[in-house]
Formats: sequence, C-alpha cells, structure tokens
Amino acid sequence: MTMQIADSVSLASPDARARAHAAAAHDSLRTEPRAVRITIIALAMIFLSVFVVLPLVVVFAQAFSKGILAYFAALAEPEALAAIKLTLLVAAISVGLNLVFGLVAAWAIAKFEFPGKTFLITLIDLPFSVSPVISGLVFVLLFGAQGYFGGWLRDHDIQILFAVPGIALATTFVTFPFVARALIPLMQEQGTQEEEAAISLGASGLQTFFRVTLPNIKWGVLYGVLLCNARAMGEFGAVSVVSGHIRGETNTMPLLVEILYNEYQFVAAFAIASLLAMLALITLIAKTVLERHLDEGDDASDH
Amino acid sequence: MTIEVKNLVKKFGGFSALDGVDLKVNDGELLALLGPSGSGKTTLLRIIAGLDWPDAGEVSFNGEDALAQGARERHVGFVFQHYALFRHMTVFENVAFGLRVQPRAIRKDEATIRARVKELLDLVQLDWLSDRYPSQLSGGQRQRIALARALAIEPRILLLDEPFGALDAKVRKELRRWLRSLHHEIHVTSIFVTHDQEEALEVANRVVVMDKGRIEQIGSPDDVYERPASAFVHGFIGESIELPVQVEGGVVRLGDRPLALAADGIASGTSKLFVRRHDMLVGPPGSGAFEGAVQHVRNFGPVQRAEVALSGGETIEIDAPRDKELRPGDTIGLEPRRYRIFAGA
Repeated sequence: MTMQIADSVSLASPDARARAHAAAAHDSLRTEPRAVRITIIALAMIFLSVFVVLPLVVVFAQAFSKGILAYFAALAEPEALAAIKLTLLVAAISVGLNLVFGLVAAWAIAKFEFPGKTFLITLIDLPFSVSPVISGLVFVLLFGAQGYFGGWLRDHDIQILFAVPGIALATTFVTFPFVARALIPLMQEQGTQEEEAAISLGASGLQTFFRVTLPNIKWGVLYGVLLCNARAMGEFGAVSVVSGHIRGETNTMPLLVEILYNEYQFVAAFAIASLLAMLALITLIAKTVLERHLDEGDDASDH
Repeated sequence: MTIEVKNLVKKFGGFSALDGVDLKVNDGELLALLGPSGSGKTTLLRIIAGLDWPDAGEVSFNGEDALAQGARERHVGFVFQHYALFRHMTVFENVAFGLRVQPRAIRKDEATIRARVKELLDLVQLDWLSDRYPSQLSGGQRQRIALARALAIEPRILLLDEPFGALDAKVRKELRRWLRSLHHEIHVTSIFVTHDQEEALEVANRVVVMDKGRIEQIGSPDDVYERPASAFVHGFIGESIELPVQVEGGVVRLGDRPLALAADGIASGTSKLFVRRHDMLVGPPGSGAFEGAVQHVRNFGPVQRAEVALSGGETIEIDAPRDKELRPGDTIGLEPRRYRIFAGA
C-alpha cells in the first residue's frame, strides 16, 4: 500500500508532489485531535532524549570532567594512540576488502542470472543475523592453536589470531553486508541497458565500468562505505574474541574503552568513547547528505 | 551491408524464443520485424547486435561470420526501447561517448569529436539541448538523442528496438515520418522491431511478420496486408473477421449452413475463413453468402461498426460506410468482397 502511494507520488511532477505533501499534512491535521498529536510527539521526544541525547551528553561530560587538558592527555597516552592507529588500520583494510567484494557480489547479483543466486543473497545477510561473538569464535575455530589451520599456521610461523590479520578478518566478516546491500537494489533498478549501450558503442569492459557503471552507483558506493566504516570502527564483539587484548598492540578503540573503564580510568575511557561518538555524529551527517544525493539520482533516472 | 541469418535457434529455459529463423536483409534496406510480444523479434535483434548469443545457427554481415565478433567489434548502432541514455552525462557527452572510447590509435582529436557531435545533433535537430541531462528531455527528444548516439560510431547497421513504443500517439507519428526521411538521407541498413502493424506498414520497405519464434511471412507492406501467407498473418495485420468453417469437397460450411463461397484447392476438414471487416458488403436479406441480424451499431469516424449475429451461430463485427442505413434488429445479407480460407487453422 505504502509502496503504491510512494510510486504514484514519485511519478508526479515536483509541483504535484508538493501539493500531495501539503494535502497529506492537511489530512493529518484534520484527522488527529490536537491532544493526541501532542502526546505522540512528546512521547517520541522524551524517548529520544533519554535514550539517545542524554547518553551522548554524558559521554562528553565525563570525557571533559577533569578539564580539557586531562582530555587531551588521555588521548595522547601511547596505549590510546596505538588503539586509534589500529582501529584506523583495521577499518581501512576491511572497508577496502568489502568495497571490492561488495561491488563484485552486487554486480553478480544485479546483472546476471545464475543458479544459486537466491542462496547467495541470503548468504550476504548472514553476518547481520549471527551474533558478532559467534563470528569471532568461528575465526578462533579456524585459525586458533587447536583450530583447523592452527597447526599449519604455526609451522609456517604465521600469526593470525591475537594480531592485526585476525582483527581485520573478523571486522571484514561482520561488516561485509553494508556495501553489497547498498548496491544491490540500486544496480537492480538501473538494469543492464546502459552497459549494453556502452558496449555496442565500442567501449571495453573496463571503460564501461569506469565510465558508465561506477558513475551511476557512486553515491550508493559512498553510502555503503560510510556505514561499513562506522561499523568497522565500532565493532566490539567479534574483535574482542580474536584480539587477545594485548595492551598497546591488539586493542582497538572499543576494546580499550572497556579496559580503561574496568580500571576506573573514567576520563580516559570516555575520552576515547567521545571520539567514537564523534565518528557516529559525522557518519550521521554524511549519511543524510548522501541520502539526499541518492534520492536525486532516483528522480533523475528514466522512468 | 547485407545481413544473413540462418536457422537461428535460441531458448530461454524451456521457452523457445527463436525456433529456426532464416532471414536475408539487403543493403540499405529499412526492415521491420513485426509480431506480438514473445514472438522472438527483440531476441533476433539482440543476437544480430551481439547482445545475446544463439544456441544454434549463423549470422553473417556481408558474408563474414558475425558471431565470431562481440558486440563491441560489430559496429552496430543499437537504439534501445527505453533509450538507455547515460543518465550522468549531458546530451553532448552521450553522443560523444562512442567516439571517446575508441582505441587511442584511431581516436579523433577533441576538435573533430566536437564537430562530429555538433553535426549529429544538427541532424536530429536538437543541437540546442547539448548541455542538458537525459532526465530533462521529453520522450521524443531522448529517442532522437539515442539515435544520434548510435549514429556517432558510423554503424554498418542500425538496429532499433520498439523505437516509438514509449511515446504518445502524436509524437510517434511525427517520429515515424522523420525516421523514414532520415533513413532516406543516410541509407544505412536498418532493422526495427515493433508490435504496431501500422508503424511497420508505414515506415518499412519490407516487413517480417513473426510469431512464436518463427517467421510467418516476409514481404512488402502490400504483400503482408493484401496477400497474407498464413492464418496468423491475416489475423494479426489489419482487422479481420475470423470464422471457423468446415470444407468438404470444395463446399464451405459455417455450422450447418453451406456458404456460396469457392474453396478451390483447400483440403477438406476444419478451416478458418478470414474476411477484412470493410470487405463485408451489406445487402438485402437473402443476398450474399451470409445472413444475420444487426445487434449494435456504433460510429467510428468515416465508418460505422455493426455487430451482426450470423445465422449459423457466430457473432461478427463489420465496418460499413456511414451512408448505409443499419439499425439494430435489421436482418441483412452479407457478401465478402474478398476472403481467404486457411486449411487446418
């Protein structure tokens, strides 16, 4: 029902759409009594304040509770710097991998028909439906000392668990769906005709990808990368299992927050937490901007 | 450029899109592939373009095997049903695309590309739109830009998939005439796909009628209309009255009623009688091969369309001139001026 309404509105001219919006607003004014409206809005606002705004304020209040100098001193600790560096590195690796794999998976699903396609679509969502702790345990089972590849890895002196590769793998696994999920509906909607047109005009596969496919999905790619990055930097469960918590070496920012908090170093814990909170705010703003671009893309597409 | 297609077969799962198609397209011809949806006409066009591959059969351009080449090497201009313009490029860049992606060795310099694009936009009379994006154009303008883009690579063959399908009636008529005159001007071998018989008959030099993955008839617009080769062609092109009849030893029966119609050379058995609506002449009761009672009469421009219940059980629609007085309840005689009987249909 909602879908149909949305469709008919999106087909209408901007004028008609504005009128439709105005009419909808007018209708809701007429149908809901004033008291009901105020109650509903107030409930939503109170809930948001208590569950979202208040914690955010508390994070920054605690971080700055001993003054601005203590805040920056906490961030300048070698352990904190190491955690920030590791988090950035892991995020860069997993976003990079997921960008490539996500693009490939979305391309395969959106542009080709093949047996097992439905299965692949379901599989892409698996990391979302499995608890991150279990995702981490899977890697322990695979690469741990008693794991399937543990012996071989030890013989060849390759360290995966309790080191950067393990953390990057676990993070990549957990954040895999973001890019693919952002792109599949977009690419399915766009179809293959523009690519076919490019090829019939003499473009090579690479020219077609870089001149036609990529420009058409660039906002979707950025959107997926943004969400993937936010989750990669904030991931706790899976990373906690594979990291080994070696101070100054395998602690990412979320892990360090927990350690510092457990050691009653509240200023340091909340200083790191405030960085993650800022990342969330920036992500939110960037997401809003990107969504606007994605909507415009829809409007501009051929109907 | 001549195109020759031999015994082309293409299946999608269990569905036979092309079931042994043979076709020869002459140099400089404007050919229409006409058929209902699912008849395989678009599949045939896509295989010629190299966008689809047949399960069996041959395609050759000027005697050279085209299937050995990909779409990229075939130099075929393809105009898509929904135009498939590059949405993130201006009109100018859309038309320039084919020139910009050429291998560096043969790529023209920027000034030459600009001049060529300008020339093409002039040809389609849309040079004033060169800085717009596809989303800012009307359907007819997009259509012409898609054509200019396809022509930019100086294609050996021009293929158009339902070129007027998504346009409103008035624009469609204008563009038809325009396409004809454009073809007259540039004379590139062209094939277009349509399900609209009027479009095919008006625009093409030759019409290929397809049904269920097979070619039913190839001929001039006159041929397919005046001398349909099969029951399907007669039923598909022009509005026809279709009556199930029995032929026994040269005698045609509709139900129990023998009809005074010649059926020389038609094999005995169940057959189909086809008459164009306007070829049924109205006379007084008792005259003509059929008799029937008028049920409804409606006026359609120059003709009136009457629903007539024939004695024999069938109800048909005929077109009669407006000056003929027909009223519901009248009993009339009907004589087909021309008719065709297809055995076994």
